[in-house]
Amino acid sequence: MQVTRDFSHYVRDAGEGLRHIDLAVEGVHCAGCMAKIERGLSAIPDVTLARVNLTDRRVALEWKAGTLDPGRFIDRLEELGYKAYPFETESAEVAEVAESRFLLRCLGVAAFATMNVMMLSIPVWSGNVSDMLPEQRDFFHWLSALIALPAAAYAGQPFFRSAWRALSAKTTNMDVPISIGVILALGMSVVETIHHAEHAYFDAAIMLLTFLLVGRFLDQNMRRRTRAVAGNLAALKAETAAKFIGPDEISQVPVAAINPGDIVLLRPGERCAVDGTVIEGRSEIDQSLITGETLYVTAEQGTPVYAGSMNISGSLRVRVSAASEATLLAEITRLLDNALQARSRYMRLADRASRLYAPVVHATALLTILGWVIAGASWHDAIVTGVAVLIITCPCALGLAIPTVQTVASGTMFKAGVLLNAGDAIERLAEADHVIFDKTGTLTLPDLQVMNAADIPADIFELAGRLALSSHHPVAAAVAQAAGAKSPILSAVEESGQGVRATVDGLELRLGGPSFCGAEALVGSAALDPEASIVAFSKGSERFILSVRQGLRPDAKAVIAALKARNIGIEILSGDREPAVKAAADALGIPEWRAGVTPADKIARIEELKRRGAKVLMVGDGMNDAPSLAAAHVSMSPISAAHLSQATADLVFLGRPLAPVVAAIDAARKALHLMRQNLWLAIGYNVLAVPVAISGVVTPLIAAAAMSGSSILVMLNSLRARSSSREIV
Amino acid sequence: MEILVILVPLALMLGGAGLVAFLWSLRSGQYDDLDGAAWRAIADDEPPQEAPAKR
Repeated sequence: MQVTRDFSHYVRDAGEGLRHIDLAVEGVHCAGCMAKIERGLSAIPDVTLARVNLTDRRVALEWKAGTLDPGRFIDRLEELGYKAYPFETESAEVAEVAESRFLLRCLGVAAFATMNVMMLSIPVWSGNVSDMLPEQRDFFHWLSALIALPAAAYAGQPFFRSAWRALSAKTTNMDVPISIGVILALGMSVVETIHHAEHAYFDAAIMLLTFLLVGRFLDQNMRRRTRAVAGNLAALKAETAAKFIGPDEISQVPVAAINPGDIVLLRPGERCAVDGTVIEGRSEIDQSLITGETLYVTAEQGTPVYAGSMNISGSLRVRVSAASEATLLAEITRLLDNALQARSRYMRLADRASRLYAPVVHATALLTILGWVIAGASWHDAIVTGVAVLIITCPCALGLAIPTVQTVASGTMFKAGVLLNAGDAIERLAEADHVIFDKTGTLTLPDLQVMNAADIPADIFELAGRLALSSHHPVAAAVAQAAGAKSPILSAVEESGQGVRATVDGLELRLGGPSFCGAEALVGSAALDPEASIVAFSKGSERFILSVRQGLRPDAKAVIAALKARNIGIEILSGDREPAVKAAADALGIPEWRAGVTPADKIARIEELKRRGAKVLMVGDGMNDAPSLAAAHVSMSPISAAHLSQATADLVFLGRPLAPVVAAIDAARKALHLMRQNLWLAIGYNVLAVPVAISGVVTPLIAAAAMSGSSILVMLNSLRARSSSREIV
Repeated sequence: MEILVILVPLALMLGGAGLVAFLWSLRSGQYDDLDGAAWRAIADDEPPQEAPAKR
């Protein structure tokens, strides 16, 4: 059968006879990698552009149309030691990038205007106490207006739009007081300038916009980066399927290019990327990623298979019922929808702060105006003082308090191997006080390991490993990997469903089921782990058995201890059988565990904990965990998780260790602490500044100094989130 | 004080030039990969393709 790779789905026409493809690349860390990749790819003739983006870990490639097969780039990167996958930008990410650029443009305009208005304001402030002529002052005020008004009209757009949206929906948000403050300050300054008054607040208004745009941009940038990471994760999973394009011809195509009704081939050792029904063939499949159950299921004609199942023994032909994302188990989809609706009720710290803030500030300003009128001041003076109160309380520091900490904290988490999937995940993770772990794939590693390698003579184990290289069976692959085998035995023959055999130096070698190797007696005598798969190996008349199973993550025990030390409750909820769950719970010292739990049961347990006031962190990987990941207060998934779970989880952690879970909790707690501290700093500043504003002695100079002072203080405080946290485990 | 007539427009023009330069750099994608740009600055140049010319 002929297998071809088809990347045409990802190739774009870049105009002028050029083709463009984006690749997500694994393992790019430094300038060295960057130079190596760019030189290596540029050396291919007809390549016109090869540029690495280190921030997003992607490579953009352009070449002359019709001359090259994109598969060649992937092979070249493989030779250089990098795994690359074609990448398709999702529309959500495009929107985030556009928004991010727009904010940066606004920020540029606002910063330019602030600097130039300030250049005009400082002579006015110093001139007011010396000998500036009123005509000169008016001239400077008019110039300031000329710069500040158009700049504010442009750079204020993000706030005005959002405020308008909120008001049209008859709600209020942080942008409403900001917009009112800026517009009133600018309007009052124009009126004052017309009347040749001494004070104008153009500088304060535009500076306020600049600081707020810094916060807004940081927030947006974090979201954009998260989105980019999520896009790469999807590409790195390299979901392809072998699609039949003729009766005997198959092509390896990306899942995105597969349509319902297509027929795909599922070979032994492959993970299924689509949902469908078996139409031909017979095999065992591992559905642990979907149900949590580690025992294999028999698949034959008519058996439904779901994306994420691993095919173990024979080849299957599958008719696609839906490509990757369209349908899933109906039950899980329904639970997931309900859970997601419940989650959106969480209110972020910043929103809670602003909900309190706006009424208080507006009431204060109004009372100030009325108070001064009652005290006998003119309406003009009273309104000027009231607007001064609005300007000085404008939530500059408040707008920076949370995004700055989040930006720094997400960088710290990134270094610890944790990626954020949701912007408010840090706040929610910091509150977590109860952790629920799924077992399969979360506490245990997703790949199989040989448990009794130490009991077998090293030379025998190596020989078994070399023989195992000739088999596609996942258990054999695990044996080969554990033995570090590199060179296969050339004469090896695989007997489907039985094992592999070969003859070396006149001795017959066999690897496979116990009966295939004549080792039933050994299996009967040994007390074996109920969860392990048994493989037998025979060399001549010698017989050995290997026990292969999913092992616990190497640092799982230390992580559980570290969580206990932080007074966090721990339990295991698994869809797997009782003996398997009990063994894991005992090994880790977790007294509370439940086995054979359905997705609905998991949600019920989470709801019960919620009612008791616990904030639950759910850590799981299977598709059966997806609804509970959504139902929990906050959730985490390993990178090996099912597509759906990873998309639902708030955080995703990389690599084999479990330590990122604790690292993320620590970083989040520290970040929340700093966010609260920042809010208090911002409030403290207001408490000091507002009485001064109410008393009517505020000048533009005082407003500008107070505003920039508090903003810088908050930003410096946020940087403390970067200092390395204490030892994790 | 007549000097203001020259100095103020001059200052604004310089600021405006800075703004235009910023918007241009943004448009040409110079902020797309800040991590990579930091490293590119200190990366070695391409090794010379042919033998160095004789002096």
